[in-house]
Formats: sequence, structure tokens, C-alpha cells
Amino acid sequence: MTKPLISVKDLTLRFKTDEGLVTAVNNVSFDIAPGEVLGLVGESGSGKSVTAKSLMMLNAENAVYDEGSQVILSIDGEEYDVLKLRGARDQLIIRGGAVSMIFQEPMASFAPAITIGEQMVEQLMIHSDMTRAKAKEISIEMLTRVGIPEPAERFGQYAFEFSGGMRQRAMIAMALSTKPRLLIADEPTTALDVTIQAQVIDLMKDLVDEFHMSILFITHDLGVIAQTADRVAVMYLGNLVETGTVRQVINTPSHPYTRGLLNSLPKLDDLDAPLTPVPGDIPSPLDRPSGCVFHTRCVESGDIAERCRSEIPVTSIGTDDHRVDCHLANSRDQAGDQA
Amino acid sequence: MSDILIRANNLSVHFPLSRVGFGERPVVRACEGINIEIEKGSFFGLVGESGSGKTTLGRAMLKAAPISHGEVLYTDGEVDYSLGDIRAADLKEYRRRAQLIFQDPYAALSPRMTVRDIIAEPLEVMGITSSREETDTRVREIASLCRLNLEHLRRFPHAFSGGQRQRISIARALVSGPKFIVADESVAALDVSIQADVLNLLNKIQQDSGITFLFISHDLSVIAHTCDFVAVMYLGQIVEAAPTRKLFAETAHPYTRALLSAIPSLDPDVRGNAQKLEGEIPSPINPPPGCRFNTRCPHAQERCRNEVPEWREYSTGHHVACHFAEELA
Repeated sequence: MTKPLISVKDLTLRFKTDEGLVTAVNNVSFDIAPGEVLGLVGESGSGKSVTAKSLMMLNAENAVYDEGSQVILSIDGEEYDVLKLRGARDQLIIRGGAVSMIFQEPMASFAPAITIGEQMVEQLMIHSDMTRAKAKEISIEMLTRVGIPEPAERFGQYAFEFSGGMRQRAMIAMALSTKPRLLIADEPTTALDVTIQAQVIDLMKDLVDEFHMSILFITHDLGVIAQTADRVAVMYLGNLVETGTVRQVINTPSHPYTRGLLNSLPKLDDLDAPLTPVPGDIPSPLDRPSGCVFHTRCVESGDIAERCRSEIPVTSIGTDDHRVDCHLANSRDQAGDQA
Repeated sequence: MSDILIRANNLSVHFPLSRVGFGERPVVRACEGINIEIEKGSFFGLVGESGSGKTTLGRAMLKAAPISHGEVLYTDGEVDYSLGDIRAADLKEYRRRAQLIFQDPYAALSPRMTVRDIIAEPLEVMGITSSREETDTRVREIASLCRLNLEHLRRFPHAFSGGQRQRISIARALVSGPKFIVADESVAALDVSIQADVLNLLNKIQQDSGITFLFISHDLSVIAHTCDFVAVMYLGQIVEAAPTRKLFAETAHPYTRALLSAIPSLDPDVRGNAQKLEGEIPSPINPPPGCRFNTRCPHAQERCRNEVPEWREYSTGHHVACHFAEELA
């Protein structure tokens, strides 16, 4: 097995707030192999973005990583312990060097009073020793590559002169110009129309093949995940509840939460299928449920409800590293072993 | 033929911009020549990309956007209004009968009012109830319909999740006893697991009370599941309209087809066979001549660039504006 590009182990992250320590990420572990697209799905408040930001140490000052949390980045045989990197110079590798990020709202991520081109050139010059002229050349080349018409003119424009789809393309061009090994895409298509979303997804797929990058693709849209990811991790209230290949998770989901998400989606091929919401609301992270974090909204616990309330489920591992944190899946496994 | 609650005849909404240099004053043609009829008690869906004019059309039907040409006629059996030249006193009455639910439940509720006051405000402003007891009874009635309990009524909006806030917005829209509600992207800001809950609630209200809904969304799959009639909008015009099942069974307009195929499939084995639309929606200041979709349509021909397609009946109850709908089917 090839060595993972990035390996997250037992990541636990809390924020210091006026109301006490808030657990945003709880004991999360996953690997991303070179060239692999990992989809990270979950509702708002599930801790997707915070997890991704930990990979670049972008979380706010009040973030506290637990002892034992580990993020290891392996580049060309060298290992970097990401959470131990201190100081801007050392962090260059995870801040646009080997890891880049594109955000949901491109209008908010570009500086409004600096031209798009200037921002692209600036980061290229920080990450390499190329000349300004060379950086400009590469930037324009990247703008062309992501399908922006008249790139030389666009280079001198400001973010407000771009449409939403164009801005997201420019953002992708900028993130990829340093040739990162891992691209973190945080809801990159959520603010876009479906027709533009389809174009951006296509573009990202092409670029993955071309640059042989890994992507951590964060979204709440299972359809987008089904179209892009190789593997999927489902997050709920800071915990990973299910991880597996995209076919395992979408076609044969094992966790009641994953099933609940799929059932609540309107499906075009069956207009009569009722929309079944996951009952209740996601609890406040200040008040995390005991036992299984999902037990307050789970409709499948039935006989073992008491156990779900009190006992934290252990991860059961199935074929192709299909991981589920659920007492039901565990008891099914045991029943299977005995049979 | 069942009753039409509200209809737009050749409706246009234009927003003039300030003059740039000399010459003609530029105009944003947000809606142009719209003809729709919304039946009483129906759940009417309006779908399109951002910039297509869906919200403007919804607002024009509430007389919250200027009606530049054409007319909007409202008839509920008790009153008849033509919204273009409605009198101030009638407009007040119309506001009671037609309500709006907004997209973002975080921005739509005042953070300084309790939920009870938020829901009661329309009653007090419109003078619908005459005593505090009456107001409270009405508020409690509506709140329980939207699954909010007495405890909830005492709290402030910040204590609620997105789904609960949207239920508060719905309660406020319902409290004046409207006949017509425009729900503008009312589930777009919600998580999927909550979205289904709000959609089910809206459907239940519609079935129980017979309120007519104009449901605006950019998401065709949401529209397909909730609405019984769908109109597809592109760059200020309606390009196709039909009963939901008909629209999906015999899609006639290339734009509708492109919208449908752009929805990401949930099947990981069906990847990348979507029919992709190139480019982006043009500016409504200078819409393309002929068929407005011609700049992005994969089937566009000379005729599409010169001649505006007629709004015509494609099959019973199914209207389309495309020169070549039959050939492309």
C-alpha cells in the first residue's frame, strides 16, 4: 500500500469560549492517498471546515489541539508534523506550498482592492524564487487553463468585475499555480448555480488528473460527492461516523445518519418517494450527547436505545476499510461472525 | 377550468440605471413579457439560475417591485385587484392576503424581539386583532401549527436553529390569514435533513388550508417534489411551464433539459454524462436578440438569433418558448 499523502490521527480540537471549552472535532482519523479525492460530508456545525483548517493550521487563536492529535504530511519521503509547525516560515509548506485551499465564497476570499493578477503573482513569488515577469506569465497561463476568456485582460481586473463562476475559477487557478499536492476545497460549488457547478466540477476533475493532486472535498451535497469523490467520510457533531468508498457509503450506507441524509434528499427519478427528514436538530456542541453523539436523532436504535445513550460505539471495520461508528453495525457484525 | 387566483398578463419589470455619459439610459430588464396563471390552491414552482428574475417576478406579484408594463390581476372571490394601479387602501388589504417567506431565516427575524412579538407584529400592525388576549390566542394557534411550543414563544431568535427559525418565519407569514404566499428560496439556506422537514410542513399547510403558494427555488429536485406546477425562467422570461410530471416526462425546452442534467446524480457509477451548458447567464441590461437563450443553447440556429420565439402551447397545459421544441424532442 502506498504511503498516505496526509494522515490525520486522533484529531481532537476544542475552542476556548466564554461558555467554556467547546469540542468542535472529536477523535477524528483519516488518510488521503496521493491522487485520491476524499469527500467530507456533513451538516453545518458538524466540524467539516474546522477539520480541514487544522490541516493548514488556519484555526483561530483560541483553538486547542489535544495531546495525541497528529497530522502527518508526507512529501517526497519527508514527513512534516503539521500541528507542530510554528512560525510563518515553517508553515509555508502547508499554507499554499504543498497544501492549498479554495473557499466557498470567492468574493470574500479575494482582497477587494488588489487586482486578481497581483494577488496571484504575490503568492507565487512568496512560494518560489521566480521573477515577477515569470510569475505573471504563469498566472496568465493558469487563468487560461481554468477557462477564463481573455486572461491577459482579466489579470488586471478586480474581484468585483468577475462573475461568481469566474471568481471561483480564478480562485482555483490561484490555488493550483503553486502546484500543491493536496487541495482543500471547502464547499467550492455551494454558492454557484447548478449549471456553473457542473462546469467547475468538470474542471476540478480534469485538474486532478493533470496535476495528480489529492483533494479533500468538503460539501453538504451528497450528489456532488457521488460525482467527484473516491472515498467519503461522513461527519456528525465533530465525529466521523462512517468512512468508506463512495459506492459503499452512497449505495450501502451503514450508519443511520448517512441513511437519514440520503432519505431526506429529493430524488428526481422517484417523485412519489416521501421526503423523510432526520428528526430534530443537530445538538449544540456545548451540550454534546452522551454515548453515541447521534442517539438524540436516531430512529433505528430501537431495543438497544439504552446502550446508545450510555456507551460510545467503537469503530467497526468492514471490507475495503469501510468504517462505521454504530452499535447497530457492531451487533450486526457479531451476529454475522456467529452465523 | 378551475379558478385562477393570480395572473400576470404580459408583465414587465424594468429598473432604470443612472445614465452613463450621453445616449439612452440603460435599463435592467428583470422581467419581460411574462404570462402566468396560478390556480387557486396550487403549489406553483418557479425555477431558474440566479439572475433569471425569479425573485423580481415574485415581488411584482406582491406589488413589491414596480410593474412597468402589463398587469397582475388578483381574484380570490372576495376582492379583485389589478396590482398595477391598486389604491392605497386596497394595497393594505392586499398585504394581509398576500405574504412572503424569505430565504435567510437568520436575517429575516429581528434579534431584539421575542418569537411571540415577531409572530404577533403583523396582527398588531394590520389591526386584525383587537385585544391582547385575541392576539395571544391567534399566535398560539399558528405557533402550534408550525410546531413551536409556548416555551419557544418567550425566547429570542438567536436561541433557535435554522430549521426552527424558518418555522418562525412561516408562522409570521401565516398569522394574517393570507390566501397567497410567495416562498422565496425558503429552504436554500437549510441543511438537507432540515430542508425535508420544512418542505413537508409547507405542503401540509397548503393541503390543510388551501393557501396558494408561489415557491421560488433554484433547485429543480426540490421543486419536483413539492410543486404541482412548474415554470422555468431564464433571463427575465418564462421559457417553459407545465404540470410537474408533464415537465419531467416531456421536457421541451433545451434550457430545462440542461438544468435537469446539471443536477449531480447520486449514483457514483453515472459520472460526467451531463449535457453541459457553456458560459454564463448574460446581462439583463443588453439581453441577446432573438431567443434570449441562443448564446448558450447547444442547438441554436440562425432563426434563434433573429426571431423571438413565440410563447405557445406545446401540449395540453404545457407551454414553451422555443422555435425547435418539436424537432429536439
